[in-house]
Amino acid sequence: MNNHETPTPINAKFFSKGAIILSLFALIGALGYIYRLISGLDATTNLNNEYPWGIWIAVDVATGVALAAGGFTTAALADIFHRDKYHSLTRPALLTAMLGYTFVVVGLLADLGRYYNVWHPMLPSMWQGNSVLFEVGICVMIYLTVLYIEFFPIIIEKFKGHVKLPGLLSRYNSLVESFLKISHRTLYRVLSLFIIAGVVLSCLHQSSLGTLMVIAPYKMHPLWYTPILPLLFLLSAISVGFPMVIFESILSSWSFKLKPELKTLASIAKYTPILLFCYLSIKIADLAIRNAFDYLLEINIQSIGFILELGIGVVLPMMILFQRKKRYSINYLFLSASCIVFGILLNRINVFLIAYTPPFSTGYYFPSLIEIAVTIGLISGLILVYRFMVIHLPVISIERVKFNVISKKHESKSTIKG
Amino acid sequence: MKKDRRNFLKLTTAAAASMVPAVSGASIEHDEEDFNDVFGVLVDTTVCIGCRNCELACNQENKLPEQPNGHFSDKSVFDSRRRPSVESLTVVNSCMDSNVLDDLNGKSYGKIQCMHCNHPACVSACIVGALTKCNHGVVAYDAWKCIGCRYCMVACPFQIPAYEFKEALKPRVMKCTFCYDRIHDDKKPACVESCPVEALTFGKRGDLIKLAHSKIETDPDSYFDHVYGESEIGGTSWMYLASNEFINYDLPKLTEEHIPSTTESIQHGIFKSFLPPLALYGFLGLIMHSIRQDEKKEAETDEQS
Repeated sequence: MNNHETPTPINAKFFSKGAIILSLFALIGALGYIYRLISGLDATTNLNNEYPWGIWIAVDVATGVALAAGGFTTAALADIFHRDKYHSLTRPALLTAMLGYTFVVVGLLADLGRYYNVWHPMLPSMWQGNSVLFEVGICVMIYLTVLYIEFFPIIIEKFKGHVKLPGLLSRYNSLVESFLKISHRTLYRVLSLFIIAGVVLSCLHQSSLGTLMVIAPYKMHPLWYTPILPLLFLLSAISVGFPMVIFESILSSWSFKLKPELKTLASIAKYTPILLFCYLSIKIADLAIRNAFDYLLEINIQSIGFILELGIGVVLPMMILFQRKKRYSINYLFLSASCIVFGILLNRINVFLIAYTPPFSTGYYFPSLIEIAVTIGLISGLILVYRFMVIHLPVISIERVKFNVISKKHESKSTIKG
Repeated sequence: MKKDRRNFLKLTTAAAASMVPAVSGASIEHDEEDFNDVFGVLVDTTVCIGCRNCELACNQENKLPEQPNGHFSDKSVFDSRRRPSVESLTVVNSCMDSNVLDDLNGKSYGKIQCMHCNHPACVSACIVGALTKCNHGVVAYDAWKCIGCRYCMVACPFQIPAYEFKEALKPRVMKCTFCYDRIHDDKKPACVESCPVEALTFGKRGDLIKLAHSKIETDPDSYFDHVYGESEIGGTSWMYLASNEFINYDLPKLTEEHIPSTTESIQHGIFKSFLPPLALYGFLGLIMHSIRQDEKKEAETDEQS
């Protein structure tokens, strides 16, 4: 890579104040998670026969998958459409996607009544081609593998040339070294095949996640029930891809006291308002065709949820990002990216929980403390692993001349290059 | 899939025999005919006396948790509306509309349980095929395959499947089994056999539909002119007669459209012989290789200006 920016391990302490707080959350979440695996769903969640799905599906799985869309959208832009100036964003996006999907699977396990059977869909004898969930499951599984393969070169880059295994294992040093060399050579040749596969797989399961709820026409509130839910899910996932990359790039530059890559981020943000505009138009047209506008006039949790989702998640950030000046303001950029990320969260919660109104319902669903703790714990855990990896692996690109904090970065960079 | 192919064969032979060109309407007719041979039950709510013997029989047959003595003769349960649960795969409720109830001297009951749909949404939804529609009409559940995702519960339009949330390690989806084993032994389902007033009639679905219509014809004053389950969401094995609106017996208003038809057509549209994904793959590959250096430069100068 002969860009002026090279991915470099960040020189920072792992346990900052924030990281300690996050560790605490992650620990509480882990305890809740273990308690769930041992004692069952009734003891730990507020799920019941009327509301079989809760936040572990709506947030951990559905939102998790959507927010990992930065991986495939950035890869498509930088690698397939060859917009090379965005290359510095691909690695953080890839790492987010890889960790995002890993945690989606971890979160899903907590929700499955028989989590130890999670491998069943892999058995050809149990394949069920009519099931939307089967397609989602298989796609996510393959995509996760693709993500690990795509990430592997970063690991190679870190260790190739200086493998030092501890103790007895050191006799295998040269073996591992040659393995890395061979995989380095082959991977660089075929990586583009995997990158395209990643984009195709993403399109498939991002949309299929929307198809999931199409099977419940009599339970879904008309504001969200539409046969084009898969299209809306795909489009919203594509729309949130870049904002998610912006969101976390700014966050990590603040956390590591680096200079934000404002120019690149502002530049990639120019696509977002156009995507949001398409999404909004389709959403409104869909409401109009289905004559569902009247439901917005009723004041209830559904209409409020719908208006918040579109207002905060789509309209507001679209208005901000259409203005070039505001795209180049770090605060506005961060605000609008946060809005879109929040909007996706709201949308997935709306589709899977708020819109879900079973005909014979006696109550409503609100997550239990343990459900919330596990969800927050998973998010915290993800951020911590992300932090750990960018400290130790060449993921984030730092502008060589302009960075302002510690000069040690030069050293770490040169060791990597050497 | 097998069923479809069989339908198609039957359809073509039938069309050839009668020398009538196959039209799209014919296939719909035939579809229904195909479900005439499966087993079903006709529930006549105008006959039911609310004795709850069926609940007791179901409890014993399926080895559900034992209930205290006198539990199944307690009539106070009719003061509230109950749903099938992990402890009771079928429940009897009284008519929901109090006006109707007054007209009928406070006595009108309906039993609910899994409807054993002709085109079950739960079967279409199930990720591992733990739920299957058997040839004799039963929608059967195989707990061994189940991963516990509960998508079947989301999919069911009748809101029937219950889940053993309290079970820590081996929770099951619980719903009416249609007494699968009894049917295999040429016996009636336990609930049907236990009914003292023949409010439940077990038989071939086609015969039951005829029976239902003849009942309505001979006594049009006692019946609402509709057989619930004959065509709802493509038909169900369990069907109902009532003197008033079916919603009063917790039977939701549904159209004739099969529930899985939308999702399955989206699903199979996307995966038709894997062509659309492969086409997308090829298309992206083409883009990746056709965009050349000059375009790269163009992109770089794009935002700088």
